[in-house]
Amino acid sequence: MTTIVPLEAVEVGEVSTRGRSPWQRLRETGVVGMGSAAVLLVAIIAALIGPYVTPSDPNLPNISLSFVGPSAGHPLGYDYQGRDVLSRLLAGAQSAMLGPLVVVALSIAAGVLLALVAAWRRGAADSVISSGLDILFAFPAILLAVLATAVFGAGLTAAALALAVAYTPYVARVLRGAALRERSRPYVAALEVQGASAMSICWRHLLPNLGALIVAQATILFGYAMVDLAAISFLGLGVQPPTANWGVMIEENQVGIVQGYPLPALSAGIAIVLVVIAVNLLGERLFERQ
Amino acid sequence: MQLRFFVRRLVMLVASLLIASFVIFGSLYLAPGNPLAALSGGRSLPPSSLHTLEARYHLDKPFFEQYWYWLSNVAHGNLGLSITLRENVSTLIASRIWTTAGLVLYASVIIVVVGIGLGIVSGLRPGALDTTALVVTAISAAIPAFVAAIVLILVFAVKLGWFPTLGNGNDLVSNIRHFTLPAVALAISSLAIVARVTRASVRAESGRDHVQTAISRGIPTRALLRRHVLRNAAIPITTITGITIASLIAVSAVVETAFSLNGLGAYLVQAAQSKDIAVVQGISLVLVAAFVVVNLLVDVAYALLDPRVTLGTRAQ
Repeated sequence: MTTIVPLEAVEVGEVSTRGRSPWQRLRETGVVGMGSAAVLLVAIIAALIGPYVTPSDPNLPNISLSFVGPSAGHPLGYDYQGRDVLSRLLAGAQSAMLGPLVVVALSIAAGVLLALVAAWRRGAADSVISSGLDILFAFPAILLAVLATAVFGAGLTAAALALAVAYTPYVARVLRGAALRERSRPYVAALEVQGASAMSICWRHLLPNLGALIVAQATILFGYAMVDLAAISFLGLGVQPPTANWGVMIEENQVGIVQGYPLPALSAGIAIVLVVIAVNLLGERLFERQ
Repeated sequence: MQLRFFVRRLVMLVASLLIASFVIFGSLYLAPGNPLAALSGGRSLPPSSLHTLEARYHLDKPFFEQYWYWLSNVAHGNLGLSITLRENVSTLIASRIWTTAGLVLYASVIIVVVGIGLGIVSGLRPGALDTTALVVTAISAAIPAFVAAIVLILVFAVKLGWFPTLGNGNDLVSNIRHFTLPAVALAISSLAIVARVTRASVRAESGRDHVQTAISRGIPTRALLRRHVLRNAAIPITTITGITIASLIAVSAVVETAFSLNGLGAYLVQAAQSKDIAVVQGISLVLVAAFVVVNLLVDVAYALLDPRVTLGTRAQ
């Protein structure tokens, strides 16, 4: 039984993937795993087609409907500007899901590259990369994102890039350790003797063998990126209103909490929490230490 | 041996602080437009103010000389001037730092007491309580601080009226009342993580051979727990608690904003929104320093608990 670990302590044991299809592996995760996968599937579909299937215009304000409760065709009611909450939730799914995906893709790519170079070259290259990473650890992710938005201007791009930079050392540190272990296996020496190039050994042998660990890291990172990006948007430094986004929705409808109309802010908060729980549980079930 | 370890960690601390300060200063040059435009945050300032800024940051000098001037000013406690408030950044930080420190400290106490306590109890007693704790922590680990904030305000401030909604207090008792909900919001996801790691390591240590032997020798439960289970479990617990507490320093910005607390983090966010770069740089530097120092303390605690670290071999 593993636990949901913080980013700083991500480590996954040997993950056996042989001879089982992804579908079989998913079925082995049980009810909890399947339920999490279903929640994620809904979120992914919402991110892909959400903005095109909104029942109402997510950006059309109507002050007379401000904070009006649920009614037929508007199951979640209206927000502070009288916009349909369900429509904004659907439209906001895109940036809420795509943003973290970009962060994860970038930090995994950078982390894998640094880890492979450090593990392959060892010696001086490894020292330079490792101490560079140690220094990057000095920046908490949210702080780096706030700094970046202050310098480059508020927006999803600056925040996402900053988070990707901040996450890279966590990815690289774990993968470097795994890559070093893999590098010292006899088959790598055998390939070298046969005259295989470093590129081909790294690309065709090391990388596939690190695959399960990389996917596990990506899963855990996605939850963190989702929370951090939503936090940046909540702070007014990420996605800019009136564009719909789950973090923005919480910020702009916060006043409704005190005025006794919590549904618009709460529904966005619940959407975030559900996706993060689903990612955590699925990751935990799929990549248990064995 | 231990001394060498601590000296090396201290050198690393200074190095990462220096480089962090370099990155924070250099961000001026990454900004679109020239550093002067970045410092004025896109405002059109009168020529006299621009000259003052130019002189203060030595913008006519080469880059490294500017950095040197800035760094020696920082070392003397002079972090520059806020463009929007026309006040000394150091003074502004000093008046807000206790709010943030108090909030982080309060949240840390909650994490240590509730998180570790819950983890030990559910680690020692498998059963209904343990299962409940697992489900609750799986959910609360996924609750971001700002979502926790709105739920806490809704339930405990608006519906039940037990706590005030927003703002700082003005004496100790009202401070504690004002800080309780923010501290819980800040602590909640870290608390869950600490509880789960504590539970896992208490469970693992209890199953060890030497503990089973001690049980069969009839060692009293209290002594068994203290001497054999908790002592070994303390290593991962200290590490995870330290790491999560360090991460609270940055997340406090979110909680302070959600509860309108007048702390460093909320001020950092306001400064970032209004592009008051001198303030953003000053607060970033203070928060990075705090983060790095807490991480150093965690490493030292870890080394003291586990002598293998200082001997160069990492614990499994």
